[in-house]
Amino acid sequence: MPLSLADVEKVARLARLAMNDQELQAAQAQLSNIFGLIAEMQAVDTKGIEPMSHAQDVAQRLREDKVTESNQREAFQAVAPQVENGLYLVPQVIE
Amino acid sequence: MIHSSLTQMGAALRAKKISSVELTQTYLERIAQLNPTLNAFITLRPETSLEQARAADERLAAGSAEALTGIPIAQKDIFCAQGWLTTCGSKMLHNFVSPYDAHVISQFNKAGAINLGKTNMDEFAMGSSNETSHYGPVKNPWDTARVPGGSSGGTAAAVAARLCAAATGTDTGGSIRQPAALCGISGLKPTYGVVSRYGMIAFASSLDQAGPMGRNAEDLALLLNTMAGFDERDSTSLQRDKEDYTRDLNKPLTGLRIGLPKEFFADGMGSDVAKAIDAAIGEYKKLGATVVDISLPNSKLSVPVYYVLAPAEASSNLSRFDGVRYGYRAPDYTDLADMYEKSRAQGFGAEVKRRIMIGTYVLSHGYYDAYYLQAQKIRRLIAQDFTEAYKQCDVIMGPTSPSTAFKLGEKGDDPVQMYLSDIYTIAVNLAGLPGMSIPCGFGANDMPVGLQIIGNYFDEARMLNVAHQFQQATDWHSRAPQL
Repeated sequence: MPLSLADVEKVARLARLAMNDQELQAAQAQLSNIFGLIAEMQAVDTKGIEPMSHAQDVAQRLREDKVTESNQREAFQAVAPQVENGLYLVPQVIE
Repeated sequence: MIHSSLTQMGAALRAKKISSVELTQTYLERIAQLNPTLNAFITLRPETSLEQARAADERLAAGSAEALTGIPIAQKDIFCAQGWLTTCGSKMLHNFVSPYDAHVISQFNKAGAINLGKTNMDEFAMGSSNETSHYGPVKNPWDTARVPGGSSGGTAAAVAARLCAAATGTDTGGSIRQPAALCGISGLKPTYGVVSRYGMIAFASSLDQAGPMGRNAEDLALLLNTMAGFDERDSTSLQRDKEDYTRDLNKPLTGLRIGLPKEFFADGMGSDVAKAIDAAIGEYKKLGATVVDISLPNSKLSVPVYYVLAPAEASSNLSRFDGVRYGYRAPDYTDLADMYEKSRAQGFGAEVKRRIMIGTYVLSHGYYDAYYLQAQKIRRLIAQDFTEAYKQCDVIMGPTSPSTAFKLGEKGDDPVQMYLSDIYTIAVNLAGLPGMSIPCGFGANDMPVGLQIIGNYFDEARMLNVAHQFQQATDWHSRAPQL
């Protein structure tokens, strides 16, 4: 199934990936080929088949609602691109 | 010593014939000599490894050593290890020194094993040739013009070249088994849920599973004893009794029923691979096994189903890389959205971006039912095929990969061709079954061929028995590349 350039542009935006025109065009060709491979699926009759979302059909385990994590803010923020006074810094979003 | 099994190494360490420091030093020297050619490691910290070795020697002297105490193990760079650069093969994590240990890493630490280094891999485990790594491709030790397979290619090359005693891998669509096959080593992907995914950087969470890679089945059993087990920090970790995976290694194979899926022996497999697989099946018959023809009619759909489900899960998992809390941030940007878009565009490589886009598309409004839900339904059909097949056989065998190792760059421009190289391994992940690959001969250009052994759920001990008995009767697993 061929994707339009507009489709690819929209997907890049949703995925938060900056792409120039050349990259969008290359992605359009490659994604169209991949969706050609995926199209094989569409002919299969799956009426009445329950979707399999996980490898094991087991119920999600529950645990007690209590704090299990210790405070490791300094260790975690040591690998952050930009922090100040224990806060993660990003460009201003509110005027 | 570097050609010895883990059992022999462990015995030598406990008998003080060699110290862990000496053994670790031997491997570090070999890495220094050969890694510039093979590029199997991304990060080495010799001082840290030797420090662990000294601690292991103390434990050995105190008589409190376990099976893996003092043994140098390499770790795929997908496992977070405290104090270690953990890149997942990506520029996105080029500066990420992990503040914590993955469950697998802490299990090896508790066992007293040495972390010898972090192995190269396809970026975020997305690839079948190791060519998508930001840190350059790994070379196959049997022929450095060829790929080692992927995504655990650095691990496979390191084990094959005897740069470590054994190593870890992860397998989402074949990433343990295919590189094991292409590099002539043994590798096992356990049943989904047997090894905790805590601290293992996520690609496709319903498919990802860690497993051991080594030179023979007996080594894999020892490694799995350390890696497997319940961990409450992974919500999909299974609560099961602890198993000894070595327990059945020496059982005879008399009466074993081997299922041969006709779909795995149809068009697409190279004649050289077919010849080696046929010879291996012949060997199993000599060992007392019988062969049953089976069919996995929906397995041909596993590649399209996988390339919907895995990218869908990946697009969600990789949304965490936003340039805010860790990893790469673009140097110049105008506002928050621009920072996200540029950081991700510059931090991710081409294949990762491709898969994020596929996943974003199939999950987007209007396409969800046609792609994602349809793929999940076919996933069930694929899993049911295996359930039916196991009514007639104990294990399933076939090729791991349709060809031996291909040349670097050979499939570079065509993602679809690359995706098809995982045609025999993907169905196993979709079903959540355990699978392994063991060396069973050589094909074109004297490159190794892997035999795939697929077990029923939780049948790892039997698969290891099946592999071990083959390795008692043959010597493919002990062949080493000339380097």
